Amino acid sequence: MIGIEHYLVVSSILFVMGMLGIFLNRKNIIIILMAIELILLAVNLNFVAFSAFLGDMTGQVFAMFILTVAAGEAAIGLAILVIYFRQRGTIAVDDVNRMKG
Amino acid sequence: MQIFAFYLFASVVLASGAFCIFARNPVHSVLWLILAFFNAAGLMVLIGAEFIAALLVIVYVGAVAVLFLFVVMMLDIDFAELRAGFMKHLPLGLLLALVLVVEIIFGVGAWQSSGMGEATAAVGPPAGAPSNIEQLGALLYTKYVFLFEAAGLILLVAMVGAIVLTHRTRGGVRKQNIADQVARRPEDATRNTQPEVGKGVEL
Repeated sequence: MIGIEHYLVVSSILFVMGMLGIFLNRKNIIIILMAIELILLAVNLNFVAFSAFLGDMTGQVFAMFILTVAAGEAAIGLAILVIYFRQRGTIAVDDVNRMKG
Repeated sequence: MQIFAFYLFASVVLASGAFCIFARNPVHSVLWLILAFFNAAGLMVLIGAEFIAALLVIVYVGAVAVLFLFVVMMLDIDFAELRAGFMKHLPLGLLLALVLVVEIIFGVGAWQSSGMGEATAAVGPPAGAPSNIEQLGALLYTKYVFLFEAAGLILLVAMVGAIVLTHRTRGGVRKQNIADQVARRPEDATRNTQPEVGKGVEL
């Protein structure tokens, strides 16, 4: 019988994998955005697992809101990426210094 | 059977997540991401969250991943240059990731063995309960209706933001300007001349 700990282990490994993706591909912002999607997927999996095993539907409602935010974040992030590429001709994010921050 | 399905879905999720991170070609990365989403949806179906699983397939695979594909294929990017430093960061990154995942799993194990995780009883709804989507809808449109509206607002803001950010006015394109046309009076556009016979008119 699968228990909640199986789901927690899977989602934690997925979460760490997303973090590793951000760490390794720190120049390529497309992969970074995909790694963020992986992290949000792991969080969603956690929410749904707890919701199912505790018999409380609120977790699934929250998973839906996370899905909403992830979709908005991907849209805005890719839009920023496109205009950045249009201006600079590259997407290497480690030399982004337009705002002198 | 359930255990077999769980291990199948879980291993494919983790493998495709790893391939997504390590793939050389970002197009392959996006495709691995789609596979990961499909199998995560399978994991969610296994514990009775059908609606979230369907949403995952529709929203992520149908919209977000396709958006990623469009962007990856539209931009002409030298991906080989962007991978510089990947191998340099690999050992430290793997070490950090390993430490982190071991810590998290230890945390889960401690939580489980402390007895706080005892309430993890039944999977799936009891017999006679309304379906998953019915329960979710009843909760979403009553208790969380304002949060639901806020989510819609977030999506609207994201859409407007993406359009405003990527919209550009092209130079050198002749467009009809209706206000200019309406505001034009006969005095601006015509003039009376009395040219002499045999001579043309200077325009």
